[in-house]
Amino acid sequence: MSASILPLVLDNVGYASNGQAIIGGVSLAIEAGASTIILGANGAGKSVLMRLMHGLLEPTSGSVKWSETGHASLRRRQAMVFQRPVMLRRSALANVVYALELAGVEAGEREAQARGALAEVGLQHLAERPARVLSGGEQQRLALARAWALHPEVLFLDEPTANLDPTAAREIETVIKAFDAAGTKIVMATHNLGQARRLGDEVIYVHGGRVVERASIDQFFARPATAEAAAFMKGELPWV
Amino acid sequence: MSAIAEGLRRVFQLDIELWHIVVLSLEVSLSAVLLATLVGLPLGALLAVKRFSGRRGVIVVLNALMGLPPVVVGLVVYLMLSRAGPLGELGLLFTPGAMIVAQTVLVLPIIAALARQALEDAWREYEEQLRSLGAEGVKAALTLIWDARFSLITAVLAGLGRASAEVGAVMIVGGNIDGVTRVMTTAIALETSKGDLPLALGLGFILIAIVLALNAAAQLIKEAAQRRFG
Repeated sequence: MSASILPLVLDNVGYASNGQAIIGGVSLAIEAGASTIILGANGAGKSVLMRLMHGLLEPTSGSVKWSETGHASLRRRQAMVFQRPVMLRRSALANVVYALELAGVEAGEREAQARGALAEVGLQHLAERPARVLSGGEQQRLALARAWALHPEVLFLDEPTANLDPTAAREIETVIKAFDAAGTKIVMATHNLGQARRLGDEVIYVHGGRVVERASIDQFFARPATAEAAAFMKGELPWV
Repeated sequence: MSAIAEGLRRVFQLDIELWHIVVLSLEVSLSAVLLATLVGLPLGALLAVKRFSGRRGVIVVLNALMGLPPVVVGLVVYLMLSRAGPLGELGLLFTPGAMIVAQTVLVLPIIAALARQALEDAWREYEEQLRSLGAEGVKAALTLIWDARFSLITAVLAGLGRASAEVGAVMIVGGNIDGVTRVMTTAIALETSKGDLPLALGLGFILIAIVLALNAAAQLIKEAAQRRFG
């Protein structure tokens, strides 16, 4: 493995769509190690901020820089799991194999690696099942398996449990913890305070397209430094 | 009803000759649809996936070409393939080959335009995920075609409907030569102009039955596949 692609540095990043500013003046560095939670209300700009980091969106101002450049290798060393997983019309196994193929893994090794990743998320018994007929929770675990197979250095998660019932959400959180334990840097957007607490080490609080607060998880929950964050936490109770 | 019954009786009296007409009709139209599909699906997919300047113009033109009049296509292909034309040396004029060329030109915009529409809708759903996994351009287009394969059946069927129903293009470039380039639609036109309406009606009935059977088969495949793959 070559040098780390982290830290990821955002310098005065802005993003506008159809003349409307969605993200403005964001400067921050995402370091290796601690799991980062991007917290904020719906429409605060969490998803857009994460897509700017992952490279799905180009900033309209400012810059997003990884420590190592080179488009192809950057793509391969990060993965993203979306709120609603998009599965291809093929088996669960083939969905993971497809990702490995794109990542340049040799044909003979793909299936074994894909089966290993499915086992990691507890889906090995559903490997041959068409991915699109799996339940929402199973599809999201499959999305995590697809990411797991790639051994990303950074994993972006955009509200991965927002559409799931509590049991399925817990299963997803277990897998996310496994990523963390394996040394993958977690960057997760959520508006769920309980989940932020369970999975995060630090919080980036986003409000109105700006980063208004960044603190360790304990500090943030004990004494939010800004009025916006305090109001958000009050409104989000009870914690689930 | 009695006219249709009479027509069908007459049609089956033709036996050998009729069989030849039916087979040639299918050969020409299915070949044209196959060729147009091989070109049209990738073309539609690239238009759905790629962003380039002039893209909207291309889409407008492609959509407009869906309404190409068969006689005009026939005329242009005729000019291209005639002795003095740029492709005259191929000697295709008044052969089934010329009819396949004409119908391919006719059907290609239909398949490409309908595929573009279906795949663009799919792309909206897939784009972020595929780009995140590193699939762009041709790879993304091929993935999209394979994943939307069941909805693309509709685009191909629309092309087949057009090919099997048209008479103007095959009449001009094929010449409706008995035993060589006579297909169902040109035979119907001929029998109608000769005043043998029962025979024309019988042929029309068979043509509709074939198209119906092909569509039913495709629909069944599509439904079974969608149940299986979601």
